[in-house]
Amino acid sequence: MTAARRSRSELLLGFAAPVAAVLIALVVASIVLMISGSNPLDAWASMWEFGTRLETSVDAINRAVPLYIAGIAVALGFRMNLFNIGVEGQYILAALVATEVGTKIDLPGPLHVAVIVLVAMSVGAAWAAVPAILKVTRGVNEVIATIMLNAIGVSFVAAELLGRWDSAGQDTRTADIGESGHVPGINWLLEIFTRDVGKGRELYGFLFVAIAVGIGYHVLLTRTVFGYDLRASGANPSAAEASGVPSKRMILAAMIGSGAIAGLIGLPDILGELYHYGGDFSQGLGFLGIAVALLGRNHPGGIVAAALIFGYLDASSPILEVEGDAPREIVTIMKGVIIFAAVVAYAVTERSRRRRQVAAAADAVPTTSTEIGANP
Amino acid sequence: MTAAVELQGITKRFPGVVANDGVTFSVESGEIHALCGENGAGKSTLMKILYGMQPPDEGTMSVDGRPVHLRSPKDAIALGIGMVHQHFMLADNFTVLENIILGSEPSKGAGVLDLTAARARVEELSRAYGLDIHPDQVVEDLEVGERQRVEIIKVLFRGARILILDEPTAVLVPDEVDELFRNLRELKANGVTVIFIDHKLDEVLEISDRITVLRAGRTVGTRDAGSVTAAELAEMMVGSELPSPATGETTVTDSVAFAVRGLTIAGDGGRAIVDSIDMTVRRGEVVGVAGVEGNGQAELIEALLGLRHAQGTIELDGTDISHWSVRRRRNAGLGYIPEDRHRRGLMLDAPLWENAMLGHQARSPNARGIWIDRAGARGRTEEIVERYDVRTPNIDVTARALSGGNQQKLIIGREMLAEPKVLIAAHPTRGIDVGAQASVWNLLRQARRDGLAVVLVSADLDELIGLSDTLVVMLRGRLVATLDPARVTPRELGSWMTGAALDTGDAA
Repeated sequence: MTAARRSRSELLLGFAAPVAAVLIALVVASIVLMISGSNPLDAWASMWEFGTRLETSVDAINRAVPLYIAGIAVALGFRMNLFNIGVEGQYILAALVATEVGTKIDLPGPLHVAVIVLVAMSVGAAWAAVPAILKVTRGVNEVIATIMLNAIGVSFVAAELLGRWDSAGQDTRTADIGESGHVPGINWLLEIFTRDVGKGRELYGFLFVAIAVGIGYHVLLTRTVFGYDLRASGANPSAAEASGVPSKRMILAAMIGSGAIAGLIGLPDILGELYHYGGDFSQGLGFLGIAVALLGRNHPGGIVAAALIFGYLDASSPILEVEGDAPREIVTIMKGVIIFAAVVAYAVTERSRRRRQVAAAADAVPTTSTEIGANP
Repeated sequence: MTAAVELQGITKRFPGVVANDGVTFSVESGEIHALCGENGAGKSTLMKILYGMQPPDEGTMSVDGRPVHLRSPKDAIALGIGMVHQHFMLADNFTVLENIILGSEPSKGAGVLDLTAARARVEELSRAYGLDIHPDQVVEDLEVGERQRVEIIKVLFRGARILILDEPTAVLVPDEVDELFRNLRELKANGVTVIFIDHKLDEVLEISDRITVLRAGRTVGTRDAGSVTAAELAEMMVGSELPSPATGETTVTDSVAFAVRGLTIAGDGGRAIVDSIDMTVRRGEVVGVAGVEGNGQAELIEALLGLRHAQGTIELDGTDISHWSVRRRRNAGLGYIPEDRHRRGLMLDAPLWENAMLGHQARSPNARGIWIDRAGARGRTEEIVERYDVRTPNIDVTARALSGGNQQKLIIGREMLAEPKVLIAAHPTRGIDVGAQASVWNLLRQARRDGLAVVLVSADLDELIGLSDTLVVMLRGRLVATLDPARVTPRELGSWMTGAALDTGDAA
């Protein structure tokens, strides 16, 4: 009875933190808007009106899909205290190579997509393996190594694309992937609820892949011995080692797994909308993934919420400039404040959760103070 | 004489529990005052209040006769109150000097560190109180006793005149305890007031002037050390006689469960940390490893578990396991009670049932193939909680929420229920109260009767002599003596441990 009440209040506490973080971000952004001479209420009203339109929701979810995958990729490393800052480089490199391979082959539909996915995951994994191997053999800090590899990866992509121009001679890009390599949209899913999606938008079919990645992540971490080992290594490396967890192998596995998932990040856009790699490919998703994982507390459900919040912010911000309410960069400020406030709020709620548990444990030990005599 | 510290009617409530219930506690200036009580009696809470870490809900506090309200340890430090925590708070990769000045760095002005002045002051403190340390050593390389001295100097460096020591002897061997006591007497002679928390009553009686006993959050009473016996104190603490670790009849069999031959671990400077150790443990036998901390015991244990590379052979039931991984060794029946629960034994922020499978996560009942068997693991945890009397509201609270004694019972339970063939127990009763200590001893005795082979490393000589069937002494990485615990006295054992017996040629 009391245990149930406790776990419910803990759950509430878990939700309170991110909600508080978003509210604080709204307040801070409002203040910034006021200082810069805009009316925050107008801005929020436009964003709300625009953001609640169906087509904006489709944009938001399409944006949230890669963000979610990025969040999971980062979270996998986080769970064992590995900071895979290299998700950025891993996915960009993976996206380019996979697209190149995709344009060169011609296979029946599902197989074509499967090959592209596999290539992307392998490239992501391989790029992540470099810092992992450096760490276990030479003790190189993975943060430094992955940051370096980001630079190398992104530069490689830029160099690779140099000199390629699209038909209009304006943009550097690869050729298009053939029809069989496209992942069809899933607007039929929306049409169950509403009739007109319209305006040329297609909900990414890759949504299902993101869901599968989330479920896979959850099952792996909570239901398998490997996942237990991984979490143990994160929670207490020395104790994990003493319990028989091979720490080096775990670092390799977590890092390479993280890289393989990172390889998928670029594919929703490429296979669902662009069909090529070029200047219109969105970069920075790997870094946003760090924020999403942080806000979602490395939990597959929390990361859904975080990815959606970020997705909505991105999808609804363009209206600010259209309406002339405010610069859209205000959304970047909000994202920053959300993360900052979330980190603080989580620390606070974590402390309160600990206190409750200590009190509960003390409760379980019967106190016999009545038996003790008065002071002499 | 004015009281250095006076606490009146201190009450501190946590949700659902009263940790301190009208506690009265008075320490006179320049005395050594011991605070005794079982785990959970409220000692730590009281000290946290005194050190400004937690505000009391009720009650008054005065220091040197003046009423005070502490809002943080900073206030306490300003009043000359310093605390040495049980779990040391030192930066491992800093030197002794850097650690001491950390947080109160002396400056030449404009933010420039005045290391010369700091060094002079540290050396002066170290000389004045006989606290032997080298300012330039890196803390990582220090033994436990030395780390403790660093903590003490760190507190004195901040100008403390009232020193709180939280279970300072829990981590020390007898010689180190003697040295600590010498230091404490030196401090007292210099007018420092010492409050120290301890379970070991003989030590309490030896060092303190007065003793206050807490039980279940209340003051039971304060006694002069000269007019009270250990038995009386024990009764005040737990309401019963102190248990003894003695094992009774022998259960040693002829069958060898664990054999170590020529085990050697190379050290940095060419000298071996562990030097060709031979050891045989039979079923039903407890082999006690005595030794001053830092003579290779920790490394020996790591090598036995497979955490550290070593030469030589290790046989478990006649099978050479020296090239096996840690997991394979543990699955083959190597149980382990770590010396440092928090570092090696638990995931403090994970739920109890996940902690209860640590070390056994890859096998039944905790796992089926590659899958975790949640029901099995939770059932096993319930069984541990039930059979080993782990006091907890449920198996979903974090390990951090439990007291030290209950954490230790959980660890022992998980190792025992995994039915090991050989148990490696390092300081199994370190830092837990007399009640829990007695039950740990009982569990080890029971395991021994059931035919378990036990390697027991401990700093508690009574525990070693009482529980062991065979005693070996480790000195500078070697086993220098094999002794009969039935005939050896703590003093003899002590002289072997320090090497004094070797020097006088008093070989057994």
